[in-house]
Amino acid sequence: MRVVAGLVIALGALLTGAAQAQSPIPVKIGVLTDMSSLYADDTGPGSVAAAELAIQDFDPAAHNMKVDLVSADHQNKADVGASIARQWYDVDHVDMIVDVPNSAVALAVSDVTREKNKVFLVSGAASSDLTGPKCSPNTIHWTYDTWMLAHGTGKAIVQTGGKTWFFITADYAFGHALERDTTAVVVANGGKVVGHVNVPLNTQDFSSYLLQAQASKAQIIGLANAGGDTINSIKQGAEFGIVKGGQHFAGLLVFIPDVQALGLQAAQGLIDTEPFYWDMNAGTRAWTKRWQVKRPGKFPSEIQAGVYSATLHYLKAVAALKSAADGKAVVAEMKKIPTDDPLFGKGLVRADGRTIHPAYLFQVKSPAESKYPGDDYILKATIPADQAFRPMSEDNCPLVNASK
Amino acid sequence: MFEIFGIPSQALFGQLLIGLINGSFYALLSLGLAVIFGMLNIINFAHGAQYMMGAFAAYLLLQYLGLNYWVALIIVPVLIGATGIVVERLFLQYVRKLDHVYGLILTFGLALMIEGFFRNYFGSSGEPYQVPNLLLGGQNLGFMYLPTYRAWVIVFSAIVCFATWFAIERTRLGSYLRAATENPALVRAFGINVPRMVMLTYGFGVALAALAGVMAAPIYNVSPQMGSDIIIVVFAVVVIGGMGSILGAILTGFALGIIEGLTKVFFPEASNTVIFVIMAIVLLVRPAGLFGRTA
Repeated sequence: MRVVAGLVIALGALLTGAAQAQSPIPVKIGVLTDMSSLYADDTGPGSVAAAELAIQDFDPAAHNMKVDLVSADHQNKADVGASIARQWYDVDHVDMIVDVPNSAVALAVSDVTREKNKVFLVSGAASSDLTGPKCSPNTIHWTYDTWMLAHGTGKAIVQTGGKTWFFITADYAFGHALERDTTAVVVANGGKVVGHVNVPLNTQDFSSYLLQAQASKAQIIGLANAGGDTINSIKQGAEFGIVKGGQHFAGLLVFIPDVQALGLQAAQGLIDTEPFYWDMNAGTRAWTKRWQVKRPGKFPSEIQAGVYSATLHYLKAVAALKSAADGKAVVAEMKKIPTDDPLFGKGLVRADGRTIHPAYLFQVKSPAESKYPGDDYILKATIPADQAFRPMSEDNCPLVNASK
Repeated sequence: MFEIFGIPSQALFGQLLIGLINGSFYALLSLGLAVIFGMLNIINFAHGAQYMMGAFAAYLLLQYLGLNYWVALIIVPVLIGATGIVVERLFLQYVRKLDHVYGLILTFGLALMIEGFFRNYFGSSGEPYQVPNLLLGGQNLGFMYLPTYRAWVIVFSAIVCFATWFAIERTRLGSYLRAATENPALVRAFGINVPRMVMLTYGFGVALAALAGVMAAPIYNVSPQMGSDIIIVVFAVVVIGGMGSILGAILTGFALGIIEGLTKVFFPEASNTVIFVIMAIVLLVRPAGLFGRTA
């Protein structure tokens, strides 16, 4: 009897040992995003769907990994975002947070992530400070930033004759960064900024600000805002005869869901810089089809594509390290291996945490030019990867200076 | 062109007019709230959601049935008002006699559910809705370009506000209503069906919100959160005007629209807080609001 019992115990121990040896590496990913407000269509549930596709394409089982996904709504409040991040890292064992539209929230989450030594992949937020003065060894800024927007859209417009500018700016970290970066480009190219107005986030009525812009007589009204704010500005601008009066809008940050919400009639002619458009090539179209199974009738924004690309690259780095525990190590690994996926093509992550890939200058089609749903953009120019983003020498990122 | 505090007069007149237009929406919405609070004693937090439903109903009628703005202006308030009547029959008639908090929480919950439902189906960016052909274009007033549609908004909402005030304060039906709020038992003794009257009043209040929604559709983006964005401001307007005061709600609505408009010129960063600052001051000085009667 004793022998049998001993055998059972031994066998049990062996089995657990074997199971331990094969137990998959646990990874938990949190999509922290805007689920309910002005940025929800550009990010939100579509970002969650993109992260799911990345996990599916990576095939965790083949790499002996087990990947879980959670998501939450930060309500565009920095304090809510930071406390969810804390809760996720401390209690729920989340290893990586991805997306986070709204630069104010992203800057807060970046600090928490650094403190807890986890990983933060920004796709939704735009402020170029995330890889500038506020850069962090635990944060990678993926899709785009305010410098890219300013140098893409801003430069193109100044060079085609839009010399005087008036800014309508969202009054928080993102809007200020976008206005600052665009102003630099306008001035450097011989233009002039004649005025600006700071508008509270999520404003319904822009007519007052549009009148101020009209009175300024500026040729270009630069919209340093995004999502619902951009939609309302352009829609009401049409009503007040802005374009008929000879002034033009520069939508500095426009996403395809915004164009869809405005309708091509109101949005036509807008110039826009994005690193991703769903109808670019066979790869992006195939991916969009799969994404649309989860989001029927919608078209993915660059942010949502960025969530896919960032998550996929992260999982590759964790697989190479065989652990997600040390956030700094994972980010270092992500900087070591080149990025490669069907949506953004080949690229790399720089020492300051900036992901580098080409950006494209698009113009929104007129209703007559659009042949099928989502056929919204004409490609005007391609900005090569090495010119699309701010050179590291102008970053003021302490990480880069330290490594020099 | 002369200047006032460094702002060209042209900009200032324009802003006053814009303020008046926004004030029209505040007045229309706070009027509905005041009617509902005055007659039913319910703090209707679903008012913003009902306004949003009005805008969406107009969009859906155009998109799927091809019914234009003018038809929507008539049909939508009836339709959404009817949903209000259903809500009153199913829920509100039971919580009406309880503490205010019950009605508030119930309608707040309803608002969240309605908004969530619309967001699930339509997303958050919203849907386009064009200005009706008849009201396209605008007039150059010299000091500003006034879109015809905005002029229509001021005129039409002023008419609706006046008609409502007149119906409640100056007609026989209105006097029944006011009496029924004061002493329902006595009014019933005169053979008047008070519960039905209350039900129809709620329906009317909701219809006013829906009407404002239809009028907002061509200006603002038709989106699920358009109601929650405006409702907080409208509540502040009602509180400043005095809960339940019809005239107070209308006048305060227009006045605060103008004050907000001026803030957008002199200190735009504060434009979404100025109304609440005024609310705090008014509550300190006159706790019942500017036009409210102290109980």
